[in-house]
Amino acid sequence: MSFINYASREINCKIVYYGPGLCGKTTNLQFVYQKTAPEAKGKMISLATETERTLFFDFLPLALGEIRGFKTRFHLYTVPGQVFYDASRKLILKGVDGVVFVADSQEERFDANIESLENLKVNLEEQGYELEKLPFVIQYNKCDLPNISDPEELRELLNPWGVPEFQACATTGEGVFETLKSVAKLILMELKKGAGGR
Amino acid sequence: MLGSHQSSFVMYDEEFKRISVVIEKLLRESNSKVIFLVDKNGQLIAGCGETEHLDTTSLASLTAGNIAATGGLAKLIGEKEFSILFHEGEKDNIHISIIGQRVILVVIFDQRSSLGLVRLRVKKASEELGVIFDDLSKKAEEIEQSGNAESPFAEITDDDIDNLFS
Ligand SMILES: Nc1nc2c(ncn2[C@@H]2O[C@H](COP(=O)(O)OP(=O)(O)O)[C@@H](O)[C@H]2O)c(=O)[nH]1
Ligand SMILES: [Mg+2]
Repeated sequence: MSFINYASREINCKIVYYGPGLCGKTTNLQFVYQKTAPEAKGKMISLATETERTLFFDFLPLALGEIRGFKTRFHLYTVPGQVFYDASRKLILKGVDGVVFVADSQEERFDANIESLENLKVNLEEQGYELEKLPFVIQYNKCDLPNISDPEELRELLNPWGVPEFQACATTGEGVFETLKSVAKLILMELKKGAGGR
Repeated sequence: MLGSHQSSFVMYDEEFKRISVVIEKLLRESNSKVIFLVDKNGQLIAGCGETEHLDTTSLASLTAGNIAATGGLAKLIGEKEFSILFHEGEKDNIHISIIGQRVILVVIFDQRSSLGLVRLRVKKASEELGVIFDDLSKKAEEIEQSGNAESPFAEITDDDIDNLFS
């Protein structure tokens, strides 16, 4: 749920990066953090285990600029991917305005992608959201690796809706901003609809 | 509090001022250092006191995460939620409470105050804040239903959005 503050002339939106463990969600945020001007970003917080696996969430606040005199802020969150952290994932989805599903293009993660997407749908439904109705984009990450699934096959299974989708390599940053920009745009368009614009 | 059908949580000038008055009074009367209000999704609503050296955005997000996690714990043991959390540090302490199920009130204080005093003052302030947030949600609903919300987003263009990322 976005927060429109007429008093401070700010608008805040929440974007959640979802996907199977080790697909590159945290790496996406790290790249965005590195490439964003200091004045446009806050501290990146990672609640992680000693082995750098996300324990609860990563958080990155971005203040991108103004729209119609309103400071526009996006709060980026990642969820922990491992199956057993489901309770935490549900908490992080609360109040979400837009979702990025990061798929791991590697062949051996094919089933993990499907399972995670299914889990996303279930967890959203529990809170009264429908994935199809949310601003939602898909990123096929790790496309630099040799052992990747056939993109067509991935698309068929993960993106039957035909939502915006991007090939990416989060470690080099390829596709990272394209993905973020796309979901941000969908969120703002959604706000526009809610505001009676067309 | 705020109807779940609403897509946005909206804050208006008038209520923002009323909220500021209440938390500034709370700051004085409880002898605390910092006070802020966070929405349960982690967005900072208002704050006062010695906030200059604080990363309030991070604080807001972690507070909401904290409340969400303890709320999850509560459910597991059959409680609705833990409406008050208290963290004691060497110098500074944090008192966290939930107002009307939706907003989180955070009070940071040191030895110039005490848990008892903070509790007492928070209780009174919570009631006042609860009324304001009720008013706010009524107002937001009315404006939404009347269909003339002067939202800044009604006229937004593709160029506006592209410019954000340039
Ligand atoms: N080759 C390659 N490795 C990646 C890519 N994205 C992430 N990684 C690596 O995959 C591992 C897991 O990434 P991480 O972001 O922690 O995954 P998370 O569990 O989704 O947060 C790390 O070692 C990353 O460096 C990518 O696009 N290509
Ligand atoms: Mg991670």
